[in-house]
Parts: sequence; C-alpha cells; structure tokens
Amino acid sequence: MARVTLENLTKVFSGDRKQGSKVAVDNVSLEISSGEFVVLVGPSGCGKTTVLRMIAGLEDISGGSIRIGGRRINDIPPKDRDIAMVFQNYALYPHMTVSRNMSFGLEVRGFPKAEIARRVDEAARVLGLLHPDNLLNRRPKALSGGQRQRVALGRAMVREPQVFLFDEPLSNLDAKMRVETRAEISRLHRTVGSTMIFVTHDQTEAMTMADRIVVMSEGRVQQIGTPEDLYHQPVNRFVAGFIGSPTMNFFSGRLEKTQGSLRFVEQGEGSHAEPWAIRMNPELSARLASQADRPIVLGIRPEHLTPDSPQPGALGMMVELVEPMGAETYLFGQTAGHPCTCRITFHETKGLEGQKIHLIPNFDHLHFFNPTSGEEVSGPKIQRIKLPLPVPHKKSRDL
Amino acid sequence: MLLLGFGLWFALPFFWMVSTSLKPLRETMKMPPVWLPIPPQWQNYPEAMAAMGPFWLYAANSLVLASLNVVGTVLSSALVAYGFSRLDWKGRDGLFFVLLMTMMIPFPVVMVPLYGLFRELGWIGTMKPLWVPAFLAGAFNVFLLRQFFMTLPRDLTEAARMDGCSEFRIFWQIILPLARPALLTVALFQFMATWNDFLGPLIFLAREDQYTLALGLQALQSTISGTPWHHLMAASTLVVLPVVFLFFLTQKTFLRGIAATGLK
Repeated sequence: MARVTLENLTKVFSGDRKQGSKVAVDNVSLEISSGEFVVLVGPSGCGKTTVLRMIAGLEDISGGSIRIGGRRINDIPPKDRDIAMVFQNYALYPHMTVSRNMSFGLEVRGFPKAEIARRVDEAARVLGLLHPDNLLNRRPKALSGGQRQRVALGRAMVREPQVFLFDEPLSNLDAKMRVETRAEISRLHRTVGSTMIFVTHDQTEAMTMADRIVVMSEGRVQQIGTPEDLYHQPVNRFVAGFIGSPTMNFFSGRLEKTQGSLRFVEQGEGSHAEPWAIRMNPELSARLASQADRPIVLGIRPEHLTPDSPQPGALGMMVELVEPMGAETYLFGQTAGHPCTCRITFHETKGLEGQKIHLIPNFDHLHFFNPTSGEEVSGPKIQRIKLPLPVPHKKSRDL
Repeated sequence: MLLLGFGLWFALPFFWMVSTSLKPLRETMKMPPVWLPIPPQWQNYPEAMAAMGPFWLYAANSLVLASLNVVGTVLSSALVAYGFSRLDWKGRDGLFFVLLMTMMIPFPVVMVPLYGLFRELGWIGTMKPLWVPAFLAGAFNVFLLRQFFMTLPRDLTEAARMDGCSEFRIFWQIILPLARPALLTVALFQFMATWNDFLGPLIFLAREDQYTLALGLQALQSTISGTPWHHLMAASTLVVLPVVFLFFLTQKTFLRGIAATGLK
C-alpha cells in the first residue's frame, strides 16, 4: 500500500535526424492515493503506456518526478521500487513451469523456500490454478490465453508489492475471458488492497474497474475523475467523445438570440433538409449567454434523445440502421447535417429503417463545446440532487 | 524430383570417398571407375590409422580443441551478442557495423600479423593460438546470435527486470535457455570449423604430439611412394564421421535454429 505521486512528469523520445524528438508525455501530474484503482485511458499513442513504464522504471524520466510512498524513485532501479507489472503479452518465461514462473521473482530476491512455496500456493489457489486442473507443472505453451493471464497475475501477486501496474492485460483475451478477468482483477484489488494502476484503450474497462479514470490524449491529461464525473461532466469534447458507448452525438451549429432566450441552430455541410433548431430553456440560456451568436458544438449522448411525435424543436433523424441489443436498441441515422445515434429501450423497432423519426433531447444532459478548442463552455452545472447510495464506496461492499 | 537430384549430386563426393576407402589401391584410379568395390577392403581402415601415426592422440587433440572452441565461442559470442541486441548504449550500432566488417577480411590476410602476435606472446608451438581466440567471440556467430536475440520479446527481459534480475542474470537464466537452438547452431558450426581446420594447426603447432586429425591426414598424402588413396579416403571417412554423427544427433534443433535465425 502506497500513494503514488507524479509531478510534471515528462517524457521526450529523442528521434533520429529525419524525425525530431517527440514529446510522448507532457507535464503529467497525478496523485494516486494508497489502495486506489486508477485507470489510464486514451487512444493508442496518447502516452498512457509510457507513463506506466516510467513508473515501472522501464523508461527513463525526461522531466518531473515520481514518488511512491513519499520516496522519490526517479533514479531507483525497477527491482527496488517494490512494484509488480502485468504485461499485455503476459511475458511468461516460456522455458519455465507455471509455478517456477511465479516463484522466480522471489527466488531472485532470496526469499526462503518455505515462504516462496506458501505464497505460490496461495496465489495458485486464489486464481484457480489448482482446480479443476492443476496447472502448476505445465509450461505456458500448454495454457489458454486466460490461464496465462492468470499466471501473470499470480506472478505479480506473490511479490506482494506496494503497487501493481497493468499494461493492457486484457486486450489479448476473447470477449468472454475479458469480462471474467476484469472481474478477477477487481476482486484481486479488493482482496489485497494494493494501489493499482491500469492502462487500457478500452473505455468500458476503464468505466467498470476504476475508482478514478485519467483520460489522456497526445501526452496530456485531459480529465481526471470518477467514472460518473467523466460520463456526466466531461470537460472537453475529447473526453465527451471518448467515454461512453455508443459515442456522444455532436452537432455543430450556432446559438442565436431570439426573444430573450437562446436558440440552437444546426449547421451541417451540404444539407438539403431543414436544419434543426431548438429553443434552450431559461437555465441553459442564462449559462450560455456569453456564447450567443457564436459557433458552437452541441453534444448529446444517444440515451438522452427520446423519440416523440413531430413538434417544434424535435430533431428529425432518418433511421439507416437498427441494432437490437436485447434490453435496448441502437438506432443509427442522419439528421439534416450530422450522423446521429439514438439509444432506446422500447421494442417496437420493426420497420424503422428508412423512416424519419423525431427526437426530443433531455435538457439536463446537454453539453456545449467550443468548436476550436473543444472546451466545455456551458459553465458550472447547477448541482443536481444526487440519489443517496446505500454505501458510499464500492470498495466497502462485501464480496 | 529436382531436390532429390541435387541431393544425390551433393552426396556423390561423400559416396566416392567411402567407396574409395574400401578399394584396393590399384582400383582407386581405374577407368572406368569402380563404384562398388567387391569385396570391400575393410583392412584399409586399421592400415590407414597405423599409417597416420598416433591416430588416437590426434583424435584426442582434435576433440580437446573442438570442445574448448565450442565452449569459448558459444559463451563469448552470446555475451557479446547480448550486448549488441538487448542493451542500449551509445555507438552500439556503429561498433556492430565495424564488427561485421571484420567478417570481410579473409584469413590469409591476417595470417602473418597473427603469427607475429602469437610469437610475441610466446604461444607458437603451443595449442593456445588455436583455442584462446575462441573466447573472444567471432563476428559471424555474434551476428547470428544477435539476430536471434532480437526476435525474443522485449517484454520477457522487462518482466525479468521487474522480478529483480540483474542484467547478467537475465542473460543467463532467461535469454540463454530460450536461445538454445541458435546456440546449438553456433556450437555445431564451431565444432565443424575447428575439427576441419587444417591451416591453423599447420601454422601454429610444432610438435607432432600436438597434431590434430586434420593435420594428421597430411601424413598420408605425402608419402614417398605417392598417395595411398585408399588409405587417405579411409582416414578421411573416419575423420568426418564424428561431424556426420553430431549433425544427425542435433539435426532437429539445428535446422530449427537456422530457420529461426534466417526467417524471423
């Protein structure tokens, strides 16, 4: 258990003569409390893995510092940082058995034999490597992807480190194994209570596992917050588009002043149909006053659009594709100027393809972004009343 | 069909050697050639061994030299290759290029300076010039092993580093066991090279009790009464036998090694 502090962490990869140097991580500051599960998420090349590798000590630090438990570790070799890492490709030693793979790190560190045996045994038991089949004496080659991943977890577990690092450990697993292993890691986190830092490009993994999510793009932190924060209050268009599936709909347009309130008018490229226009309610009009008569991007999540009868302010969408998911259905289509997705729960979706439907947005969940900077511009939201949760934190829930 | 044809074509000299080794002397140069000697002259073999002088001593010398060379080359080349492939340091690729260039220098060019060097060291007439350099890595073997090491996933070394391994331990306990096919290839190449080396022993050795088998064969070639081809071929067959045997023994790993180093 230890807190991890990143201060203005920077990584510059010096390129060759043709390419200049590249800033992979740009001034990242982050405070991870002891026992917290933090997920770094972002598209590939955003620097999240580089941050993780710097914490692990596998990558030199170009600027800034990293502290683990208050101790500055910039110049401490990986083996003395008291961290364990689970790699994307498992990185199991092919020439060693499962149990040797797990015990190797302890042997190198000179642990007594009995202690090694105890820890390996315990990890094997927790991870189900003994039942239904005893895998301890197999080679990694003879294991399935999920089993290998569990061995890799075991190898990290037996070390009982202060901090666990995960580098996209689920990306090589099939969909079913991924869900299972995700739960496995969450359970592991509750059992051992260590600080965990998890890197992924999959926002679903981030949303389901994290205490806090760090969204990164182009080497910079875009937003840090709980999954709920990120989902409901994205600070910019990047975060809004990255978190949530299907992704948020964006409509570029203008806010026009009419009769004391604001009206959003959609502006699409090359559209023939009538553009969408909708009058803002007084609360939004007040918050967006500074944006009047300026270009703006309106963001609406697919579940915040509800089909209704044709009426003023309704968004007309030509349905092109219907994807039934079971409990809910995704409708994909085109508005006057933009592609649009709508997520509905009712079942009468037969014959919707090729039809025009009318959607009413939920005014409580509209997001407005500056078209050039991407910043959220609607200002601080009026605090909505939150439903009291039965328990304050998911960690305290019993297994 | 084509492969079979080539195979037979390549096997022909070997077959001719074995066949000649079982002929009486007068049949060795007969026209048209005698392909299958009937009856086979098995006594050629003990005769050839006797004619070569202390055959078993030569064999022992060859074996000692070959073993030392194999151990030395494999260890030192692997260590150097590790440095050239898995460690990052300034000037690494430049130096590797220089190393590769040394492969282009033919042995006869360095033969005389080498002789001078070993004379300065007082090693002429001893076996040292024939095995000490093997411990200093060879360019070709370093190249071969480097290419192989580079195919091993980087994650493995990093995992080992996180597990607390020192650089040498990573080399010894992770990389070497995984590079077995490549190491075996190098070992086999080196064994063959040392076993068949004629020029080296000829230049550096002085006393007959240090001679190797390759050198011993020479004794058969230059006798007063012309070359006893049947004896020479019998002795040659004996000399190549260990190499052939070794190749069959390690064939599977060896070919895997070549495939792995060549393709990936």
